[in-house]
Amino acid sequence: MDFINHHLQEIYFVLFCVFIGIEVIANVPAILHTPLMSGANAISGVILVGAILLMLRVPQDDYLNLTLGGIAVFLGTLNISGGFFVTGRMLKMFKPKK
Amino acid sequence: MHAIIEIGYLIATLSFLGGLKFMSSPKRAKTGNLIAALGMVLAVILTFFAGTTETVPYTNLIIMVLAITVGILLGKRLSDKVQMTGMPQLVSLFNATGGGCAMLLGLMEANQIKTEITHFGNQVLLIAGLTTGAIALTGSIIAERKLAGRVKDKRGRAVIFSARILLALLLLLPTLYFLGFIPLGFMAFMYILAIIAMVYGVLFVLPIGGADMPVVISLLNSITGIATAFAGFVYGNKAMISGGIFVGAAGILLTLLMCRAMNRSLLKVLAGTFKNNKTGQIEEDQQIKEISIPEAALTLSFVQKVAIVPGYGLAVAQAQHICAQLQQLLEKRNVSIDYIIHPVAGRMPGHMNVLLAEANVDYDCLKEMEESNENMEQYDAVLVLGANDVVNPAAESNPNSPIYGMPIIRTHKAKQVIVVKRSMNKGYAGVQNELFGMDNCSILFGDAKTSLQDMVNQLKLL
Repeated sequence: MDFINHHLQEIYFVLFCVFIGIEVIANVPAILHTPLMSGANAISGVILVGAILLMLRVPQDDYLNLTLGGIAVFLGTLNISGGFFVTGRMLKMFKPKK
Repeated sequence: MHAIIEIGYLIATLSFLGGLKFMSSPKRAKTGNLIAALGMVLAVILTFFAGTTETVPYTNLIIMVLAITVGILLGKRLSDKVQMTGMPQLVSLFNATGGGCAMLLGLMEANQIKTEITHFGNQVLLIAGLTTGAIALTGSIIAERKLAGRVKDKRGRAVIFSARILLALLLLLPTLYFLGFIPLGFMAFMYILAIIAMVYGVLFVLPIGGADMPVVISLLNSITGIATAFAGFVYGNKAMISGGIFVGAAGILLTLLMCRAMNRSLLKVLAGTFKNNKTGQIEEDQQIKEISIPEAALTLSFVQKVAIVPGYGLAVAQAQHICAQLQQLLEKRNVSIDYIIHPVAGRMPGHMNVLLAEANVDYDCLKEMEESNENMEQYDAVLVLGANDVVNPAAESNPNSPIYGMPIIRTHKAKQVIVVKRSMNKGYAGVQNELFGMDNCSILFGDAKTSLQDMVNQLKLL
């Protein structure tokens, strides 16, 4: 209960995000579903923000966490950069009639 | 400074939303991708200033900068190198990295956490983020291996049974832990959960058929999004929560769309089962008409409107470029060409559109199923390339058919249909196709790619 009281704002936020997200995505035509999926995949790389936040807190001599954090930052970045680059490459191919 | 960072995260959230919104038209989609990417860069840069007030040790900064540089370079390299037919594998692989990141975050938190002062709620969130991340990590890797054809389906009872047991454990163990029945530290407990979740990820994807992989990738994508949202909740970071939730919603929505397009429930897909159609299926002898390549080429070149129905077989044969060549030749003879694309053509939703776009086909020529079904009669000829179940009229006329109810492209309503097929083998659903026996249908036996090539050669001679 205490937890819910503390996070009421976030809970509202999540609910709104769910509805807005579904509304926005439902309008995407089938022709763009593959770019949508890979674009969405890139956005889920925002987990990198969490990895950086954690890394900022890790003590300098905590080698285990530094290693794990380094890998996490690397994976998150790979998710983001690869996702956006590949989406961009796909979208470049959709050309209108000359 | 704090206010600036919060505003930056707000802008990032809006950019994700705007980017997704812009994806709804092919013209603006490129801008949308750029907007979302810029928002992401903003969020990441701001995060470096968002941490503690004390200065961050240089070691940490160096590690992070190195990891980010390598990540960007590798991501760019992988995405430049990939073939468009291999797109689903790469998306799956990138999804695995996101899941892996979420799992590592959970482990790192577990290493540092002081259980006495951490909220019970936060511990639940950490566990949820860790397990979802771990499932997405290994699940996506197996999905990628399956798409690449390296791992076969394993539908043994043992696999399915142990997958269910592990899933039950993943739900049960945390409950027991919080009730105080498990005498382990939080850290050890998290490591055990991570291992169980990773094994579950593997067993979860193993029994699912290769043709159902699009559904699984989409679902795993959604799971990564949810893992991100859990982590965002732990840090109270709105950019993470919104990004994660949008991805989660997109993934679920696409998953359900695809299931509907295949006329199968999500649960059936996940269980790896297919409707049993051994009984009540009457195999009729079909009178089929064969057509030769010159005949087919002639037919196509002396009509007004032609539709091409590309299927999975076209993608496998990598025949999209020759298909585009055929289109150009026919257009020179004033034949108009449309492509009718079933929602599940290709190996990923919308994959066929990307393949055709790569072959320089205008997206104005790409028609969606519903739209073309309404005016199918206006097509003088339909060329079916490597598609089978999605053009089977039994889905609408025969309630006993296992594919009854599946949305199909009503090619049988067109004036003439030419089906390019390698043999009379049945399609993925294992049912006889009534279309092939119909009067307006003729069959061109051969591999999609060579048949198209031969037709192109014929047309050049004409």
